[in-house]
Amino acid sequence: MSEESIISLKNVNKWFGDFHVLQDVNLEVKKKERIVVCGPSGSGKSTMIRCINRLEEHQEGSIVVDGIELTGNLKNIDNVRKEVGMVFQQFNLFPHLSVKENITLAPIWVKKMPKAEAEELAMRQLEIVKIPEQANKYPGQLSGGQQQRVAIARSLAMNPNIMLFDEPTSALDPEMIKEVLDVMVDLANGGMTMIVVTHEMGFAKTVADRMVFMDEGKIVEEASPDKFFNNPESDRTKLFLSQILHQ
Amino acid sequence: MNEMNEARKPPVATTGIIGWLRINLFFNWTNSLITLFVIYCLYQFIPWILDWTIFSADFKYNYLGEQITNQEMCSRNLDPENGGACWAVIYVRFYQFIYGFYPKVEVWRVNVAYVMLTLALLPLLYANLPYRKYFLYFTYIFPVIAYFLLNGGLGFTEVSTNKWGGLLVTLVLGCTGIALAFPIGIMLALGRRSKLPVISMMCTLFIEFIRGVPLITLLFFGMVMLPLFLPEGIDMDGLVRVLVAVTLFQSAYMAEVIRGGLQAIPPGQYEAAKSLGMSYWRMNLLIILPQAIRISIPPIVNTSIGLFKDTTLVIIVGILDLLGIGRGTLADTNWLGLSYEIYFFVSLVFFIFTFGMSRYSLYLEKKLKTGINMGAD
Repeated sequence: MSEESIISLKNVNKWFGDFHVLQDVNLEVKKKERIVVCGPSGSGKSTMIRCINRLEEHQEGSIVVDGIELTGNLKNIDNVRKEVGMVFQQFNLFPHLSVKENITLAPIWVKKMPKAEAEELAMRQLEIVKIPEQANKYPGQLSGGQQQRVAIARSLAMNPNIMLFDEPTSALDPEMIKEVLDVMVDLANGGMTMIVVTHEMGFAKTVADRMVFMDEGKIVEEASPDKFFNNPESDRTKLFLSQILHQ
Repeated sequence: MNEMNEARKPPVATTGIIGWLRINLFFNWTNSLITLFVIYCLYQFIPWILDWTIFSADFKYNYLGEQITNQEMCSRNLDPENGGACWAVIYVRFYQFIYGFYPKVEVWRVNVAYVMLTLALLPLLYANLPYRKYFLYFTYIFPVIAYFLLNGGLGFTEVSTNKWGGLLVTLVLGCTGIALAFPIGIMLALGRRSKLPVISMMCTLFIEFIRGVPLITLLFFGMVMLPLFLPEGIDMDGLVRVLVAVTLFQSAYMAEVIRGGLQAIPPGQYEAAKSLGMSYWRMNLLIILPQAIRISIPPIVNTSIGLFKDTTLVIIVGILDLLGIGRGTLADTNWLGLSYEIYFFVSLVFFIFTFGMSRYSLYLEKKLKTGINMGAD
């Protein structure tokens, strides 16, 4: 199984001070697989995916992404970050740059792409997320849903093999969640390897190949969506699902 | 019924000039009384100041029509009842105020430098300047040209800096101090926030030490102690020593101002930049600093104005800047007692420059405001 894994976490441990936030986490993700991670807040799900592109450092165990092991080696970290795109809860667009500049910045400076080519690429990405008409606006002039779609386009412009989503719809007004999820479904159907931390169970049911449930820093249950939603094994999962599905 | 559908206009008395007057100056009894009192004070003061500075003032000749060459010939000393300001002292000493003791044959070089300074500032002042890119190149090489032009070398006769003075020294110190301190301050601010303990400790020590010492002490330090650190035989120019002190002083303050801006940048900006594969320097140059500096414009300009005025302290180590020349003039028996005129003139020159800087800061804030929304969403 680990032969074809594009992401492999083995016995990963991490502490924030004395707080043991990740406890022996093991996760294998295959190419083109779509994983949805859920769990109560504070369960370590965000921390886990942030370890995958080294926004957080793990203290024990090994993380290998596309054959590159994440260690203190800065070059490895840079290479992994070029492979892995990330979308954040708070969008984190660059407010001093226009939408188009937000997208072209990394291709131009990190990939050394000529400016004209980068701009063409940016427009293509904006078509994919369905807001090409916003190219010359600034992030502050867009709605939350539009900002998040720009953030997705910005990540995609670096042509990553893997996309990480850290609660991409949690900061959005209800009527904007769908437009972002639609883009993510398109992306999933296009064959992108994705790890999505979300509480959008509808999205999980349509898109996920596998559900991962975390609690108190541990992976409690890993199952296909069908099994996860209809016949979960652990009591903790049942409790969580009953709370989030019948609130 | 028809009238109901028409948009109702606001009550007449709340709009236009009359509305403004009513709301701001005559809102109620006390308000009106204060307004009247202030108008009375202005009525007393403005004619008097205009009369003193302009209408009754001597510019070159006194009221007898004689050209003024010393303070005894000033109208106000001949006839204390009638005379106003005696600007003749500025007229006579104008050369010193602007150039110090720069040799008259070579003074065209200073004038060229002044003109070039204006040209170098143009692309910074006007974003829409045609050929701005080429003007900017000129701005970058201007300091080098100015150095040879003013100091000598490359075929120009050398003019020792102890002959420099007046506005020339003020501008050299102010511009160089501000221009050099900005990049050094950025490096120090980044250094202080660095995760590498040695770098962060060194930057913190430097900043805290320089900030904890009065500028005058640093000026003495530059004058007396800096030469001790240099290898024997190398003599450092007096003005350069002062410049080093002024620049160090200003960099420490600039660093703290920029650090304040850096702290205002949400961590998500760093994370987004990193997740796109940007290196430390790219992230800072492209994402973090542009935002941090934007936030810090008011305090950056504030410390810059502060430095521009603080350059007057160099008089302590025997360098005659604009104020120094003024005080020198006052000590001359020919112009004894004209302190009003001289301090008024010196203040006015300083005010013109600092006010310009303050307006520039407002313009920058307005220009850079486009679409900035620092909040999360």
